[in-house]
Amino acid sequence: MKPFIALLCGTLFGFGLALSGMTDTQKVIGFLDIFGHWIPDLALVMASAVIATTIGFRWVLQKSSPLFDNKFYLPTKIILDKKLISGAALFGIGWGLYGYCPGPAIAALAYLNSSSLIFLISMFVGMLLFHYLEKASIKP
Amino acid sequence: MTDFINPILGGLIISFSVILLMYLLGRIAGISGIFWGAVQPTALANYFSKDRAWNWLFLLGLPLGAWLAKVLLHISPTPPSGDILLTIIAGLLVGAGAKISSGCTSGHGVCGISRFSMRSIIATLVFMTTGIITVFIMSQFGEMI
Repeated sequence: MKPFIALLCGTLFGFGLALSGMTDTQKVIGFLDIFGHWIPDLALVMASAVIATTIGFRWVLQKSSPLFDNKFYLPTKIILDKKLISGAALFGIGWGLYGYCPGPAIAALAYLNSSSLIFLISMFVGMLLFHYLEKASIKP
Repeated sequence: MTDFINPILGGLIISFSVILLMYLLGRIAGISGIFWGAVQPTALANYFSKDRAWNWLFLLGLPLGAWLAKVLLHISPTPPSGDILLTIIAGLLVGAGAKISSGCTSGHGVCGISRFSMRSIIATLVFMTTGIITVFIMSQFGEMI
């Protein structure tokens, strides 16, 4: 059952991304271009997704556990650290440069465009680089 | 009118997926986290282990969903920039940034804000701001060239 649920949720997510315009880099860049030709589409995507999820999560997270697992896997970190800020800052620069964030970049594989594959490989390398850098710095 | 309907409907479908994944499997639908969960270094045999199966299947669903939108609703976006250097630099920044801050547009922007997580609210404000600044700077360059 679990694999089927994951595939279903991923498919819905990808469908939503495409329908909403998030897989269109021009619309994403247009959304961030508030000093130029602003395209409001993604504000609507974010707003509708956040409002609906806020309501849905209130209902779901009251339960003692999810239907097919014994606990909710929620992030426990609450401190605002340098990593959060600097990571988000870098992420935003990359997002603004190209118009892809991870979800749409993966969904865009559907369009068989070599650019999204190159983007994904670079994204993986970026993650790996930090992963090993962090590992190296933890060692005494 | 369709200009408004598709983004709102798309947002609601994304939200439905996010709520469903939490309700059924108890997982946050943060794509960078799910992606890392699938691809992070491990022994070769573990890559497709049972633990990672849901990650891979969720990720497989993303292009499947986009493909369905293309076939059923004829949604095919303008291709992204073909500039390879730009693609690589942006990919590296997005990957490293999401890893360092433990989240991206979906994990922080949708799931986190909906749980009123202060970390996610701050992260979203920061990446929106640097995104806006980056697009502004790039548009100035564009006019100069």
